[in-house]
Amino acid sequence: MAEKILMKGNEAIGEAAVVAGCRHYFGYPITPQSELIEYMAKRLPQVNGVFLQAESEVAAINMVYGAAGAGARVMTSSSSPGISLKQEGISYIAGAELPCVIVNMARGGPGLGSIQPGQCDYFQATKGGGHGDYRNIVLVPNSVQELVDCTVLAFELADKYRNPVMILGDGALGQMMEPVAFPDKAAEAPAKPWASTGLKGRKEPNVINSLHIQAPDLEKHNYHLQMKYKTIKDNERRSEEYRTEDAELVLVAYGITSRVAQSAVDMARAVGLKVGLFRPITAWPFPYEELGRLAKTARGFLAVELSAGQMVEDVRLSVTGAKPVYYYGRTGGMICSPKEVFGIVKKIMLGEEDK
Amino acid sequence: MAEIAFARPESLRDVSFHYCPGCHHGIIHRLVAEVIDELKVRDRTVGVVPVGCSVLAYDYFNFDCQEAAHGRAPAVATGVKRVHPDNVVFTYQGDGDLASIGCAEIVHAAARGEKITTVFVNNAIYGMTGGQMAPTSLPDQVTTTSPYGRKVDLVGMPIKVCEMLATLDGAKYIARVAVNNPANMAKAKAAIKKAFEIQLSGLGFAIVEVLSTCPTNWGMSPLEAVTWMEKNMMPYYPLGVFKTPEGVAK
Repeated sequence: MAEKILMKGNEAIGEAAVVAGCRHYFGYPITPQSELIEYMAKRLPQVNGVFLQAESEVAAINMVYGAAGAGARVMTSSSSPGISLKQEGISYIAGAELPCVIVNMARGGPGLGSIQPGQCDYFQATKGGGHGDYRNIVLVPNSVQELVDCTVLAFELADKYRNPVMILGDGALGQMMEPVAFPDKAAEAPAKPWASTGLKGRKEPNVINSLHIQAPDLEKHNYHLQMKYKTIKDNERRSEEYRTEDAELVLVAYGITSRVAQSAVDMARAVGLKVGLFRPITAWPFPYEELGRLAKTARGFLAVELSAGQMVEDVRLSVTGAKPVYYYGRTGGMICSPKEVFGIVKKIMLGEEDK
Repeated sequence: MAEIAFARPESLRDVSFHYCPGCHHGIIHRLVAEVIDELKVRDRTVGVVPVGCSVLAYDYFNFDCQEAAHGRAPAVATGVKRVHPDNVVFTYQGDGDLASIGCAEIVHAAARGEKITTVFVNNAIYGMTGGQMAPTSLPDQVTTTSPYGRKVDLVGMPIKVCEMLATLDGAKYIARVAVNNPANMAKAKAAIKKAFEIQLSGLGFAIVEVLSTCPTNWGMSPLEAVTWMEKNMMPYYPLGVFKTPEGVAK
């Protein structure tokens, strides 16, 4: 681990991808993640990599499909409206079981929305997004350092499970500067005997494909995918807790919002209120069991997010009706303040807030 | 000493095509396979196959393939080629795939001078989805979505893909051929070979448009379909070489 350097979130992702062995990037500019595509344009030629600005997000994700199918560690990035355009390709990538990393530095929506930070792509990221029964592994870091760590992890998980991995950040994380340290390297990519590299002496051709035209074949493939997703659910849930040991109210927040929520927890603790924070680091698989365990001790939960209420549904599934689940959020690119969240916490603790 | 004059190309698997009687895909597949054999590049070829009637082309070609989403074959091929520049990468696309939903992808692959080869099969109709109007359907052509004939004042004239792409500097070889008779089949094979040779020499993008019949969706016998193509398609889509590395054909 080298010494720490001050770096912008979007650029730190780019450098982490290079450290992770990513040598192919295909993307299209969009605010607020353009520093990442710009960083890759500058950096990849320095390491004999390939940077290509596609004609659209649709083309970019299909270039990723081709490169991943050919065996490369490959990445693309965008922000909310651009990620919507990539959904077609992501479904095909999931269907063909190709490893790749997709970064979404999300902004407010729907439609063109705003260019300010948002978390309103949670459903799209965690529940499918494109057509068909599939899942992306979704990492939701909350600092520039964690953007780096999650980027390296994303490439490792993508290769391990032959599955798309999304880093779901937001405009604030992408734009903020913090000191970061980079690991020396990521785990080596495994051999990819399935890739379409040209036969090169291999007897049987490799076909990269998501088409199973016979219904029983497709059902078999879907069962296989679901088994893989179960393995991921069992092994890759990640979360962090802060002052939850004796918490009567547990705030649940991810990404940039978890930092606001953590400050609100400190404000509550300062006046003697027993409040803690549960922070998912994987939004899919969602840490249902870990959060559910807190329902034994906590009296209630408060989901805080920059959406009209999306992750709150997973919080309810974790608690399965055992305890009240409250929601507080802002939308449109507005970020809630610690004081604002503390105000809601006080109301709940005094029994004045509706579920 | 007996000499084998005609054998299955190594690049074509020993399986029957699913194509309708009179459809030209089988001939075009074979020409592509023969060219890949003759150029001795089967070992490093990656085919990118489309959505449409030839969606199962990977079942017939005997080399690595990737299946692309509708229209996205040039983008997928770009990804493959950029990872393995020494691979021979080609897309095989129909007219709905290439000229409609994938128009942006083919234009920009050509504009970039992407070092790939495209085999573009134009039968003036959507085949796989059951005979709907394509961007290449002729004026007044009756299809399931132009039941009163293609009205050009409402939906415009058909797109001449070769002529359009010939305006782009990155496209180095552009030809339109047909496989309606043995003489033209020989010309088509020569053009396809030339398009692959352009890729092997690293010059840029190459495309061969192959005029093709769709007897099923045109509602004709195979022989009537060939005649219809000769009488109606060839005047609007003239055969010939539109561009070579030396420049635009006069």
